[in-house]
Amino acid sequence: MNADLTALTLTLQLAVVSTAILLVLGTPLAWWLATSNWRFKFLVEALVALPLVLPPTVLGFYLLVALGPAGPVGSLLEALGGRHLAFTFSGLVVGSVVYSLPFVVQPLADAFARIGQRPLEVAATLRAGPLDRFFSVALPLARPGFITATVLGFAHTLGEFGVVLMIGGNIPGETQVVSIAIYDHVESLRYTNAHWLAGGLLALSFLLLVGVYAVNRRFRLLHP
Amino acid sequence: MTLRADLEIRRGDFRLDANFSVPGAGVSGLFGPSGAGKTSVLRAIAGLDRHPGVVRLGGTVWQDAECFVPAHERAVGYVFQESSLFPHLDVRANLEFGLKRLPEAKRRVSLSRAIELLGLEKLLDRTPAGLSGGEARRVSIARALAVSPAILLLDEPLTGLDAARRSETLSYLDSLRRELEIPVLYVSHVHDEVARIADHLILLGEGIVQSTGPIDEMLTRLDLPLATGPDAESLLQGRVAGHDERYDLTFVDAAGCRFAVPHRELADGTPVRLRIAARDVSLTLQPATETSILNVLPATVEALANTGAAEVTVRLRIGEEVLLARITRKSADLLALESGKPVFAQAKSVAVLT
Repeated sequence: MNADLTALTLTLQLAVVSTAILLVLGTPLAWWLATSNWRFKFLVEALVALPLVLPPTVLGFYLLVALGPAGPVGSLLEALGGRHLAFTFSGLVVGSVVYSLPFVVQPLADAFARIGQRPLEVAATLRAGPLDRFFSVALPLARPGFITATVLGFAHTLGEFGVVLMIGGNIPGETQVVSIAIYDHVESLRYTNAHWLAGGLLALSFLLLVGVYAVNRRFRLLHP
Repeated sequence: MTLRADLEIRRGDFRLDANFSVPGAGVSGLFGPSGAGKTSVLRAIAGLDRHPGVVRLGGTVWQDAECFVPAHERAVGYVFQESSLFPHLDVRANLEFGLKRLPEAKRRVSLSRAIELLGLEKLLDRTPAGLSGGEARRVSIARALAVSPAILLLDEPLTGLDAARRSETLSYLDSLRRELEIPVLYVSHVHDEVARIADHLILLGEGIVQSTGPIDEMLTRLDLPLATGPDAESLLQGRVAGHDERYDLTFVDAAGCRFAVPHRELADGTPVRLRIAARDVSLTLQPATETSILNVLPATVEALANTGAAEVTVRLRIGEEVLLARITRKSADLLALESGKPVFAQAKSVAVLT
C-alpha cells in the first residue's frame, strides 16, 4: 500500500512537472506554428504530431538509446560531469514532454489561430509593441486553448505506459508510476491492489474533467 | 499637420497608385466604389501593411525608401470596420488600453473628454458582448481618440448599423469634428455619409486618385461620378437669418438668397450648410407665381451632362455657389436649356447641416 502511494505521488509529480515544461516550451512553438508563413512549416507540424501516431515503445526505445550512457545526450551529460538519464525521473520527464507535445501544442496553436490578426492589429494601433500584444491580447484570448492544453497534457502524462516502461523501467520511488504499478499488481495476481490504484486513477481523471467542465461551461476537449 | 501619402499598392491583379494629401484640419472623405482600395490605403497609412512608397505626417516620416515606422509607433487613431473591441476587457479597460501605453507628456485628449463626447458614461462597466452595435462603434471611436492621435483614421465606421444608429453615430462624429482639432480621414463608399460629414474629398477610382478638393466643389463637378450618380446633391454655405414663429420656419441666407426651412433651434448668424438633392430641384423659365415651393432661386445654367438615357444633370450657378438639378432629357429640350441661359430653380426640400 505504501509503495502504491509512492507510485501515485510520483505520477502526480511527473504530470505536474511535464505539463509545466510543456506549457513553457509549447506556447512559443504553438505561436510560431499559428503565425509563421515559413514555406517548410509543414515539416515542423509533422514532427510535432509524430508522437500521436508512433507506438510509445518506438519513441521510448529511441529516447532510451539517446538518453542512456552511450547515447548522444547521455554521453554529453556524463562528459559534463553529470549522469545519464536512462532509468531516472529526469529521463521520465523528458520522455513525457516529447510524448505529450502534440496534446499541448495543437490546442494552443488552434487557439492562437482562431484569434486572427484583427485584435493584434487593434492593439498595434493602440501603441502596443509585439511582445506587449502577445501578453496583453493573444494570451488572454487563447485562454480556452490553455485550459484544454493543460488538461490534455496532464491527463495524457498520467496515463502513459509504454514510454515510461522503456526509459524509466520500474524503480519504486524513482520511476515506478501508477500505470506500471497496476501492471505489476495484475502480473502478480494482486487484484485488490490493482483495483485501488486503477480506481484511484479513474476517480482522479474524472474529477479533473468535472472541475474543468464546471468552471468552463463551454469547454470542449476535442474541438476546443 | 498635413498627411502626405504616395503609395504604390499591388496585390495580384489589383493596382492602386495613391498619391494625395490630407489637410491638417477637418474631415477628409476617402471616397470610392467597393474594391477601389480605400481600406488598403488606410492600413498602409497606419503601418498595418507595407507597400512601396512614402507616408509623412508634417515633418515626421512614417515610411520612405529607407525607413518604416511600425504601427505601434505611429500617432494614429484607427477605427476598424467592425468595432473590434477586446472581448476579454470591459468597456473601461478597452478605453484605457491605448491610453495606458501613451507617455504622460503625449496625452492631449483626456479620457473623460472622449467618454463625454461619445456619450459612454453609462457603459463603462459593461463587457463588449453586452453592447449594441452602435454603442460598440462609439466605444471603438473613443478608444482610438484616447491615444491622442495626430490623425484619426475611420474605416467605414457606420457599416452594419441600422438607419437610426447611423444617424446617431454621425451626430457624435459631427460633434467630434467641431470639438477636437484632429484631422480625420474617413473611408466610405456611401455618398450620403461623406456629403454629411466631410469638408474635403479624395476620390479613388480606376487605380488612381481621380481628384481631390473641397466637398461642395467635388459634389457638383460634372466630370466626376458623384454629380452624375443617383444620389447627386449640392451643398450651399449659409447663415441662419431668423425665424418665423407663425409657420415654424427658419430662414437661412445662402448664395445671395433667403431659404425657408422647417424650424431648427439655431441662433441667428450660426453658420450652416444647406444640402439639396439634385432630384428635389426643378427648373422653370419664368418664376412660378402659384406654387407650393417656397425656395425659388434665380440661376444661370452653366453646363449639362447626360445621366442615363432619360435624364440630365444640370449645373447651375447662383452667385458664388453651384446647385445641381436632375431633370428629364425631355424637359431639358422643352426648356431649350444651354450654357448661359437664365432659369429659376425651385428647391422642394432643403436639409440643414450644422
